[in-house]
Amino acid sequence: MSALTREPMTPEEIEAIPDDEGGPGEGRRRPWLFYTLLGLLTLIFIAPLIYMASTSFKTPEDAISTVPQWFPAQPTLQAYERVLNDPATPVGRWFVNSMVAATANSLLAVSTATMAGYALARIPFKGRRALLVLIIATLFLPPVVLLVPNYLTLNYLGWLDTLLAVIIPGAAGAFGVFFMRQFFVGLPKELEESAFLDGASRWQTFRRILLPLARPAIATLLLLTFLTNWNDFLWPIYTLFSPEMQTLPAGLSTLQSANSVRYDLLMAGAMISAVPVLIIYSFTQRFIVEGIASAGMKE
Amino acid sequence: MATTDISAAAPTAPADEGTWDQARAERKDTREGWLFCAPYLILFVLFVIFPAVWGLWISLHRYDFTLPNKPFIGLDNYTSLFDGSSPWSAVFWESLRNTILFGVLSVPLLLVLPLAIAMVLNRKFAGRNLFRAVYFAPYVLGVAVIAVLWRYLLDTNVGLLNYYLGRAVPWLTDVPEAWVSLVGVTVWWTLGFNCAIYLAALQGVPRSLYEAAAMDGASPSQKFRNVTLPGIRPVLVFVVSTTIISSMNMFGQSYLMTAGGPGNETRTAIMQISDTGLRQFDSGMASAMSVIFMFFIIIISGSVFLLTNRDSDARTQKKSKARATA
Repeated sequence: MSALTREPMTPEEIEAIPDDEGGPGEGRRRPWLFYTLLGLLTLIFIAPLIYMASTSFKTPEDAISTVPQWFPAQPTLQAYERVLNDPATPVGRWFVNSMVAATANSLLAVSTATMAGYALARIPFKGRRALLVLIIATLFLPPVVLLVPNYLTLNYLGWLDTLLAVIIPGAAGAFGVFFMRQFFVGLPKELEESAFLDGASRWQTFRRILLPLARPAIATLLLLTFLTNWNDFLWPIYTLFSPEMQTLPAGLSTLQSANSVRYDLLMAGAMISAVPVLIIYSFTQRFIVEGIASAGMKE
Repeated sequence: MATTDISAAAPTAPADEGTWDQARAERKDTREGWLFCAPYLILFVLFVIFPAVWGLWISLHRYDFTLPNKPFIGLDNYTSLFDGSSPWSAVFWESLRNTILFGVLSVPLLLVLPLAIAMVLNRKFAGRNLFRAVYFAPYVLGVAVIAVLWRYLLDTNVGLLNYYLGRAVPWLTDVPEAWVSLVGVTVWWTLGFNCAIYLAALQGVPRSLYEAAAMDGASPSQKFRNVTLPGIRPVLVFVVSTTIISSMNMFGQSYLMTAGGPGNETRTAIMQISDTGLRQFDSGMASAMSVIFMFFIIIISGSVFLLTNRDSDARTQKKSKARATA
């Protein structure tokens, strides 16, 4: 029975194809059950975040009330005022630190990765294969192996307890190079060849023809790198010591040790870390999710 | 020498000129290729290649950077970890055991649940992208936010969860409860990541295969085994290995939610290595631990690779046999 000899299906016939878990279907046989299930699942993911927001506007007593308050009984900003003004936990300063570090790190990582990724995809230079294999091999190196030596390097350079510690070493990761190389490999060669025939140099071709085409890939990589650096936890807690030098995730750890059960303060600090990311995410979620999905497909 | 070649072979001069030009172009390519890579390579050599080699070297020393003497001691750091004579030995192996336990508990959930959700989201319905975005949201938050948040929700006395359970479960201060919490929070946090990858893979499975299976009267479970699973196979291998590796690297959840406790029950390998090297400044020992940890990861990834490959070989053999008998 060949598909070629079949008549095109009418809409009724298409409706009649039974649903299954695997194939794309209409999923409307029992829509209420389907949406109830999805709604429950959504609640599991959303409710904790709502409760975090709610508690950040509570008084210290309401935050530890034994009856949960989904809406603060006495809404107040005092938790935010306290964490922003306490010199031991300068959350405002941490926010600036995180912003500076994540911006600088992602710009550095993406610009170097874009150039290297282009060369590894498009310039047939001597040693390219070996270099590519070496770079990709380090993707499989557990990061913890580099922890102690990089700490000692930073100590030698005098970069410990400065933002350079969380900006520079993190930009050396191989993922960005791999990501950009995969993108450039997929572009048609003719684009550059005609530019070379017109006498354009390698750099001009890269700047004027390939970079504009790479904009979506660059934007995706910038976002992913920014988020990774913004959320990085292990490295900053060991390389940044002074209260005013922390990034937000490392600072949250400080905040937690200083105010173990002041959940109003902890949730306010968590909100200040989470909200910028959630705002960026809400505008760019398609880029982020699809960027990650495509990285998975390419491997 | 090049000049004599050219003058001796006058009739073929254009071709020689061509190869000469070609050689020049190759040299130009090589120069430009390395120049384009140079900015990245400075970072790569300084913070990846050099420390990887230096770490091995450090592991052969009694290396405390706050002390003037860093004597070479050969494999002593390794042997004292293996024969138990180092004070770090017991806690290191315990942390490795804990890490394996965490992997065994979390990886299966992180492979199966996201696939189930991705298959639900793979239907066409209103608001599909919205649901996908919601399930992915915790992942963008980072471990510090989610760990601080869940320590609150799981608080024995004032936590939301115990309120609705109507009991005082010690979610973070006793085992096995602490493991349930750490695994549960990790699944909640990273499920969306695997789900997004699965969903992209499912969308790549041709619809016609499902239609053909339906016409052959395949049951849903047959369709799953014979259409869905083979269709997402390459991605499955990627998801399995990244999930195993990230669970082996677990750190922040334990550090913030249980502080490795009770006792050292939830202390993970990464936590022990960073504590030894960056808090106690026994850099030689910490490097030796990280090298052992690396070999451990290599063994695991290697066996995953071999298992999945042998499996696919067997599958293709079976298929070709089936074709031969048909």
